Amino acid sequence: MSEHTENSHKNEENNTSDANEAGRRKFLKFGVLAAGLTVVGGGLQKVFSDESKSTLTEEKVKVLTAEGKVVEVNKNAIAHPADNNLSHLTERDGIPNRKFIMVIDLARCANARKCVEGCQKMHNLLPPIEYMKVRKMQDTPLTSPYWFPTACYHCDNPPCTKVCPVGATFKRSDGIVGVDSDRCIGCKFCMAACPYSARTFNFGRPEQVQFNESHPKCDTQENCCVTNGGTVGTVSKCDFCPQHLSEGKLPACITACPNGTLFFGDELEDVVTNGEETFRLKKLLKDRSAYREMEELGTKPRVYFLPPVKRLFPFEDATKVYNTQE
Amino acid sequence: MSKETIKKESTQYETFTQEEYMIMKDDLLRPMRKIRLGGKIWIAFLVLVCCAGVYAYYIQETKSKYVTVSLRDITFWGVYISNFVFFVALSLVGVLMSAVLKLTNFEWYRPLSRIAEIIAVAAIMLAGVSIVAAMGRPDRLHYLIIHGRIQSPIVWDIIVIMTYLATSLVLLYIPLIPSLSTCKNHLTNLPKWQLKMYKFLSFGWEGTTEQWKILKRTVKVLTVLVIPLGISIHTVTAWLFATTLRAEWDSANLGAYFVSGAFLLGVSAMILAVYTFRRAYHLEKYLTEMHFDKLGKVLVLMALIYGYFNINEFLVPAYKMSGLVSDKLKNLFNGEEAMFFWSVLLFGIILPAILPLFKQMRKPLPLTLLSLGVFIAGWFKRYLIVIPGQADPYLPIQNVPESWKHYSPSMVEWTIVAASFAAMMLIVTLFSKYFPIISVWEVAEGRLEGKEEIINYK
Repeated sequence: MSEHTENSHKNEENNTSDANEAGRRKFLKFGVLAAGLTVVGGGLQKVFSDESKSTLTEEKVKVLTAEGKVVEVNKNAIAHPADNNLSHLTERDGIPNRKFIMVIDLARCANARKCVEGCQKMHNLLPPIEYMKVRKMQDTPLTSPYWFPTACYHCDNPPCTKVCPVGATFKRSDGIVGVDSDRCIGCKFCMAACPYSARTFNFGRPEQVQFNESHPKCDTQENCCVTNGGTVGTVSKCDFCPQHLSEGKLPACITACPNGTLFFGDELEDVVTNGEETFRLKKLLKDRSAYREMEELGTKPRVYFLPPVKRLFPFEDATKVYNTQE
Repeated sequence: MSKETIKKESTQYETFTQEEYMIMKDDLLRPMRKIRLGGKIWIAFLVLVCCAGVYAYYIQETKSKYVTVSLRDITFWGVYISNFVFFVALSLVGVLMSAVLKLTNFEWYRPLSRIAEIIAVAAIMLAGVSIVAAMGRPDRLHYLIIHGRIQSPIVWDIIVIMTYLATSLVLLYIPLIPSLSTCKNHLTNLPKWQLKMYKFLSFGWEGTTEQWKILKRTVKVLTVLVIPLGISIHTVTAWLFATTLRAEWDSANLGAYFVSGAFLLGVSAMILAVYTFRRAYHLEKYLTEMHFDKLGKVLVLMALIYGYFNINEFLVPAYKMSGLVSDKLKNLFNGEEAMFFWSVLLFGIILPAILPLFKQMRKPLPLTLLSLGVFIAGWFKRYLIVIPGQADPYLPIQNVPESWKHYSPSMVEWTIVAASFAAMMLIVTLFSKYFPIISVWEVAEGRLEGKEEIINYK
């Protein structure tokens, strides 16, 4: 499992300087380490990798504490994020000590739609079903249009969980709003309650049903989601890929984005990453005048947007209309 | 009970001759003696439509809903939900036409109350059927009980609807007890099982003064109870929409808007039912022109009240034209749905508010035709409340197939809706074949007590 983290962050490993490394270690706490965050630099990964752990307990390692001190500790005292035994957690339990958060930098989105595809692959979805959507937005006639990727906002005051008559959709302690497809009765009240159209209902589209049968969930490490959107007659939506998170990997959309538009992280550790760059969350939100969509609805989303200023790409309209086929 | 009271009551009964009472019983129980050819054809037709509905539901549940139903992620609540709202609205007819009139001493309620109550019971049952048809996983219906969460307005709705159904059934049944006893004694040439059923259901009713006292007291308590219950079922149904953050339903007016609409719909349904029973069972002596005259006036009142809430619902947001609702409102006022919207308002509110002001329009036939318009417009009104707004969420709809943007119900959906109507009419028809559709004792009592309103009506 740590292999995957290493693979997906080889670039990171090569590019980062030692100074950066030290900075990064700052937010890592003694013993309990950043499960779910792949911001962990390559060096740390080696230190905490499985091979080193299997050796004798007497061996000491130097680590940097939150206060910035270098201390020597017993190797056994350090856990790799992936070693956290989270398998006892059910779908409804959040990963302990986490508050997942997403930041979307609208200045970087070029409508490559790789996040959409990555998400669809991860969750066994066929177009036109998308948990992740990229919309063309234009706020006023005089302002420039921009691309607006959205998924579920995993609100802290979720209107959807409130209305569910059977508790099939729920808020986890780590901030994720999940759906239990074994519980859902398909009343679609949560879809009515969600102001952001984040939810999709499985009407049992024949192609999709066939696809789900030929691609059972969790068939490979890459394609594995806990929440099962393949249950006909139930509601599903973006789940922040909790299986990946418990294994210390980023959600599928984050790693799929070629432009680093999507950042993911932990509010408690005050850090977000797009897999290549890492930022202090609060500083990033402050410096870039971040906002949440339709704040006035009081839903308190866990997804922040950075306004599309100083864009990486000029706005180019889509050359293709997607999902035209039934 | 004092001897004096008993004497007084018995003398009251004596003012009504036994012959007169026999004729009345004969008239009112005649429909139960024999089902005529027309009735048989009608019942066969309704059964056929119901079977078609069951078959359509079978197709819907066994084949892919993506193919059988036109619902998509954008319009995810379709005609099943609007039909559910319609039937809940219709069930309020029991509240208005039986309970309210009874408590406010409008004596002309007497021959109408049972018709109203059986429509109410049938409608509330079919509301339940409609909601099950809308469910993605009807096999998990029992989860509502084992996993039910009181925070959800759906659970509130289930609680009040179940309570209302139970109360309405009891309220239908208790005044039926003396009538069952009458059936048992009067209709001796009916099949044995039927007579046995009457005997069993009448629970040894003998018509003693004591029994009458208990019956009347129970009915009074239930009548008072059913009014708040009826209002809550439709208010909570409105809250299923109003408690969401969607702009098109985000209105504090919605509960009152739904309830007032339900009363108007109830009056129109009542007029249609009264007209049909009067013609089919030749009950002209009991369901008189006076009833149409009164119902016509109630229709005007209810249309005016509903019109008032419509003005609140549309004029205020239309004046502000907030960006959140402007597209939806323009679409209704002069867009795609304009013809639909204005016809519903014309036939559903404007005409019933004006035409029955003229005496000629309160005659049976014109009033029935008018009510038919109100009834149909009432169904489409619920369609307009539930469906078009969904196609205009806060975030724009992009990158979806064309058919996702426009909802038009599939054949399966229409068949199930048609079957729900057939099932409702079938319940009412069969009830009228096995039980007296007009309460014999209530009408007799009205005559006995010589209610001015009934005797001196010109």
